[in-house]
Amino acid sequence: MTMRALASDLPIVLQDVSHQVRGVAVLAGVSLTIAPGAPTVVIGPNGAGKTTLLRVMMGLIGPSAGVVTWGGRTAVSATRRAIVLQRPTMLRRSAAANIRYALGSAGIARAQWPARTEYLLALVGLADLSERPARRLSGGEQQRLALARALARDPEVMLLDEPTASLDPAATRAIEDVVRTVAASRIKVVMATHDLGEARRLAGDVVFMHHGRVIENAPAATFFDHPSTSEARRFLAGEQLD
Amino acid sequence: MLIRRSLIAFAATAMLTTAAHAQDKSIVVASTTSTQDSGLFNHLVPLFEAKTGIDVRVVAQGTGQALDTGRRGDADVVFVHAKAAEQKFVAEGFGVKRYPVMYNDFVLIGPKSDPAGINGSRNIVAALKAIKSKAAPFISRGDRSGTHIAEVNLWKVAGIDIEKELSAKTLGPWYKSIGQGMGAALNTASASNAYVLSDRGTWLSFKNRGDLIIAVEGDKQLFNQYGVMLVNPAKHPNVKKALGQVFIDWLVSPDGQKAIADYKTGGEQLFFPNANVPGA
Amino acid sequence: MDGNASALQLVFSADPALMQIVALSLAVSLTAVLCAAIIGLPLGAWIALTRFPGREAGIVVLNALMGLPPVVVGLLVYLLLSRSGPLGSWGLLFTPGAMVIAQTILVAPVIAALARQTIEDLWVEYRDELAAMAIGPARRVATLLWDARFSLLTALLAGFGRAAAEVGAIIIVGGNIDGFTRTMTTAIALETSKGDLPLAMGLGLVLIAVIIVVNALAWAARRAGERFVG
Repeated sequence: MTMRALASDLPIVLQDVSHQVRGVAVLAGVSLTIAPGAPTVVIGPNGAGKTTLLRVMMGLIGPSAGVVTWGGRTAVSATRRAIVLQRPTMLRRSAAANIRYALGSAGIARAQWPARTEYLLALVGLADLSERPARRLSGGEQQRLALARALARDPEVMLLDEPTASLDPAATRAIEDVVRTVAASRIKVVMATHDLGEARRLAGDVVFMHHGRVIENAPAATFFDHPSTSEARRFLAGEQLD
Repeated sequence: MLIRRSLIAFAATAMLTTAAHAQDKSIVVASTTSTQDSGLFNHLVPLFEAKTGIDVRVVAQGTGQALDTGRRGDADVVFVHAKAAEQKFVAEGFGVKRYPVMYNDFVLIGPKSDPAGINGSRNIVAALKAIKSKAAPFISRGDRSGTHIAEVNLWKVAGIDIEKELSAKTLGPWYKSIGQGMGAALNTASASNAYVLSDRGTWLSFKNRGDLIIAVEGDKQLFNQYGVMLVNPAKHPNVKKALGQVFIDWLVSPDGQKAIADYKTGGEQLFFPNANVPGA
Repeated sequence: MDGNASALQLVFSADPALMQIVALSLAVSLTAVLCAAIIGLPLGAWIALTRFPGREAGIVVLNALMGLPPVVVGLLVYLLLSRSGPLGSWGLLFTPGAMVIAQTILVAPVIAALARQTIEDLWVEYRDELAAMAIGPARRVATLLWDARFSLLTALLAGFGRAAAEVGAIIIVGGNIDGFTRTMTTAIALETSKGDLPLAMGLGLVLIAVIIVVNALAWAARRAGERFVG
């Protein structure tokens, strides 16, 4: 996969970002830097604001307060970023056609579509199902197709919102394998999850969130072995946070 | 998207071209529903087309609407049976000249049960008076057609201003004005065993008679004269005056008059050519 | 057509007059649906996806226009196309072209209103995903129209049904001219008014059969399409 010669979207820097939805503070005073390198895993209990954080990083949501910059610039078009939503919507076409659609929307030349489609489907293990109507794929297969769609955009940054949340262990393993492959090809992965085991398996560094705030932000080894906040300790111990 | 647009353009062009091309040697004749329903045009038009190659498109409306179509310039020739209205049409400059063509007659149709006691009479005025006095059910076309106007005039001769009484609501429910053509009026009369004034031609071709028969016929006042006019090209330059005149000339020629006389339904002649009769 | 033959005899002997009438009916109604789709599909999609002042009122009006009385539309088109009217120079009155125009006016709101509902429902589902892929407004409309194609086909069939069934508009603007603007519905009206009720009823059954055949073909096309692209 070739990187296109454009200005980089990294680092993604959030400065004191807050977001209100109907009077509720979904994000509160978040300051964060996403730098190139190993995957960043965002963890926290449900309702912590992980999805909103990812959407802000993607540029889908403009925060109520604070500044977001991509590679030092504000208001950057999303050509070099891709997001896989928590419940991805399949287009009413075949799996391959979904990928071709993503290729088209990313402005990739038509001549390259056949080769890229084949490659992407093989990468996520859907080569045999290329002509199957996407809506008839299983949950895990749809999630993998969504990953392939995001990769079709040739992104620099991939944001994944709880990609294995509703999947069985086998499907989860398949997704995690793809994520590892993607990370290894020097695409920056930012992944939200509430599965601690998965976080341990994949994280390069960890962002721990609760009630819309970033409680801790540290390299994985540091976070898992020596968490510095009591909430983090309790969360890692499997306790229910309030 | 592009394919769809092209198809549309193609279809529209094809349709409009067909329309335009077909208009090249064709005329529109506004005539009446009773003339159409009698089947006369199905007989005349093929003969005329074979002889001249001119495509005759007959739009059958009520007399009132046919004259209006002529006034608007939407027809080239008007062929109706309402002499006074036709003369007015020419006088107002909408028509060039009125040519008498043929006549048929009206007949009073009624149920076998004959509630007004008039079956077999040859006196239409007396029959109408009887219908009113006995409040026997009567269907009127009520559509300003030649037949309707003739009906209204016959009531007038019988001393009854039927339209005034209808709008003043002093008539009873026996008189029903339906605002439709001859066929519909006959259907309604058949369904409700009522009297109705009809032209003989439509009656002879009418298939849904039920218990209806001819109650009154043969009165000279039931005479129904047809006239044909070219729509005035001075008012509407689009009128095909040459082709239209060919049609009119043929209708009043010995050829056309014979074709009219030859038309029969159930062995009976319906229309009697009288183009040569002065004052027709 | 020979009034003495039954409708069935006319069908089996492929009576040329009957065939011509069926062909004209299909040509007029299908062309009208095509024109109405070109107007109605993008219009419905645009209303579904755009917020503008008076949008809700616009939707109510659009839905109400599905019930436009055919005879009123016929009268309006007649006044427009008459030689004495504004578009008289087109010379379209009493031709199949006028019938297509009248039926397009009747069908376009049906297609637009149904498309609007379909696209709006689909948009709720697709909104986040299309935003995530940074799809612009034009591409958005095309994507939704294609993905909603089966429901939109039903909308087109509803439009075709309305066109094929109506008589009030085309009898006024077409003039029911024998061999030129006579369709199945206007022929039925004529035979009824002539009192030939059996023939009229027979023609009615032929008309219903033709409409069923069109729907069956559309269904088959949809099944074939589903097999290829889901």
